Amino acid sequence: MKAFTYERATSPADAAAAALRVPGARFIAGATNLLDLMKLEIETPAHLIDVNGLALDKIEATDDGGLRIGALVRNTDLAADERIRRDYAILSRALLAGASGQLRNRATTAGNLLQRTRCPYFYDTNQPCNKRLPGSGCAAIGGVSRQHAIVGTSEACIATHPSDMAVALRVLDAAVQTIRPDGTTRSIPIADFHRLPGNTPQIETVLTPGELITAVTLPKPAGGMQIYRKVRDRASYAFALVSVGAIIQPDGSGRIALGGVAHKPWRVEAAEVSLARGAKAFTAAVLDGARTTSQNAFKRVLVERTIAAVLVDAEDKA
Amino acid sequence: MHENDGTFTFTRREILKAGATCAAVAVAPGVAAKSAGAAAPKPPVMAKVSFTVNGTRRELDVDTRTTLLDALRENLKLTGTKKGCDHGQCGACTVIAGGRRINSCLTLAVMHEGDRITTIEGLGTPQQLHPMQAAFVKHDGYQCGYCTPGQVCSAVAVLEEIKAGIPSHVSADLSARPQVNESELRERMSGNLCRCGAYSNIVEAILDVDGSRA
Repeated sequence: MKAFTYERATSPADAAAAALRVPGARFIAGATNLLDLMKLEIETPAHLIDVNGLALDKIEATDDGGLRIGALVRNTDLAADERIRRDYAILSRALLAGASGQLRNRATTAGNLLQRTRCPYFYDTNQPCNKRLPGSGCAAIGGVSRQHAIVGTSEACIATHPSDMAVALRVLDAAVQTIRPDGTTRSIPIADFHRLPGNTPQIETVLTPGELITAVTLPKPAGGMQIYRKVRDRASYAFALVSVGAIIQPDGSGRIALGGVAHKPWRVEAAEVSLARGAKAFTAAVLDGARTTSQNAFKRVLVERTIAAVLVDAEDKA
Repeated sequence: MHENDGTFTFTRREILKAGATCAAVAVAPGVAAKSAGAAAPKPPVMAKVSFTVNGTRRELDVDTRTTLLDALRENLKLTGTKKGCDHGQCGACTVIAGGRRINSCLTLAVMHEGDRITTIEGLGTPQQLHPMQAAFVKHDGYQCGYCTPGQVCSAVAVLEEIKAGIPSHVSADLSARPQVNESELRERMSGNLCRCGAYSNIVEAILDVDGSRA
C-alpha cells in the first residue's frame, strides 16, 4: 500500500473543499472496497479524508412523503429500518442479498453506490484494463467473460457494476444528493448517476472532482409487490450473475431493473409497457441491443427465466 | 532439521517469523534497484489513535496504513484475531467494534478513535470460556482452529443481531421478528469461511448457546 496522509473531516462542505484542494485526495467511509483496492495498489490515494464523523447517518422523512437516507447509514441499518422494511421492501431485500454481515455493518449507502467493479482483470495488475489503466486495453473481451456485462457495453469495457442496492434504488427512482467544493448542492436522479463505459470506463459516475454524496432520497412509497431476486454461484455471499429488482402493481404493470448485466443498474422504462405480454417479450425489449460472448450468453436466458419467476412470485403474493 | 533431538523446538509463530525474514532479504536487491531509478518512495506517515480494546484503553502511534487487524496483532500483540485473506473474504479477522462484528482487515486503525473493540481475547479466557467458546468445544466446531476466533466473534454478534430484530436474506417475512434456526445461522455466518468444513457443528454450537436446541 502506498503511504498517505489522513484527516478527519469536520463538515461536508469542508470535506468537499479539502478533496479538491489536496492532490490525490479521496473520501473514506466504510473502507470495505477502497482499502481492499489500496492494498492491491489499484487505488493509490495520497490523502484520505475520513468522513465517518460527519452526522450523515440518519434516515429522515421528507416533505413529499419520502425518505432521506444519510450517506453514512450503514447497509445493515438501512436494511433493518422499520420504514424501509415496510414501504421500500425491495431495498431491504437487495441490501440483505449483498455481501456478508460483517461487510454490511461497515459499508455505507454512498460507498455502496461508488464501489468498483469486481472484474478479475480490473483486479489483476498484470493484465490490461481500460478502467484501471486507461488506454491499456480490455483483457475481459476475448478472455474469461462469464461474469461480464451483456448490455450497454463498449469496445473498451464489459465490466459490471456489482451493487445490489443500486438496482433497488433504480427501481425506486431514488436521487443522489451531493455537495460540491464551492458549497453548492445538487440532486442527481439515480438513472443519470452511473455512466456507461463508452471510451472512458474509468469515469464511472457523473460526480465532479471533490463532490461528496450527502444523502440518497426516496420518493413516496410506490406500493405494489416488491421483489429482489438474485441468482449467483453460491447461496450466500457472492456477486450476482443476474439479479432482478421488481415492483409489480395489482394491475400487472410494473418497474424492473437488472443487476449483473451492465456497467450500471439496467432499467429501460420504455420496455416496461411490454411486461403485460410476459417475461419473454419484456426481456427482448429490456435487453435490446445486447452483445454477449460465448461465455456469458446464458445471462440472456437467465434474465428471462428470473423475470418469469419474479412475475409468478408477484402473482402468488398478491 | 533435527526436530527430535531436543536442540531445535520451534513454535509455528517462530517458523513464520523466520520465513518472513528470509523473504525480506530476498527482495532487498529489487528495492535497492528501484530506489536508484525512480523517485524514492514516500516515507510512512504516522498518526496517533486511541481506542478501548477488551476494556483497556490503548494509545498507539501507527503508520496510517495500519489496518485495525495489524494494530491488534502487531502493535498490541493480541494474536487471537487471525489474518486469513486480508481482503474481507474469509472472516478470520472478525472482531466486534461498537457492538457490531466487522472485518478488522478492511478498516484502518486510525478510523477507530474512541471506539470500543472486543476481540476473542476479550470474550473469554482458557479458565473461563465464553459460552460460545465452550459450545464450539462441546460440538467440535473446528478442526485446525485458524478461523475459530473469527467464527466465535461472529457467532456472538449474530445472536445479538437476531435479538435486535435485524432481518436476513432468508427471513421470509421482513416485518416479523427473525428466528434463530439453522437456515438463518447459515446465511448470517456466510462471511466466515472454514476450509476444514466444520460448518454443521458450528451451527449446532450456536443453536446450543441460544438454547433453541437442547
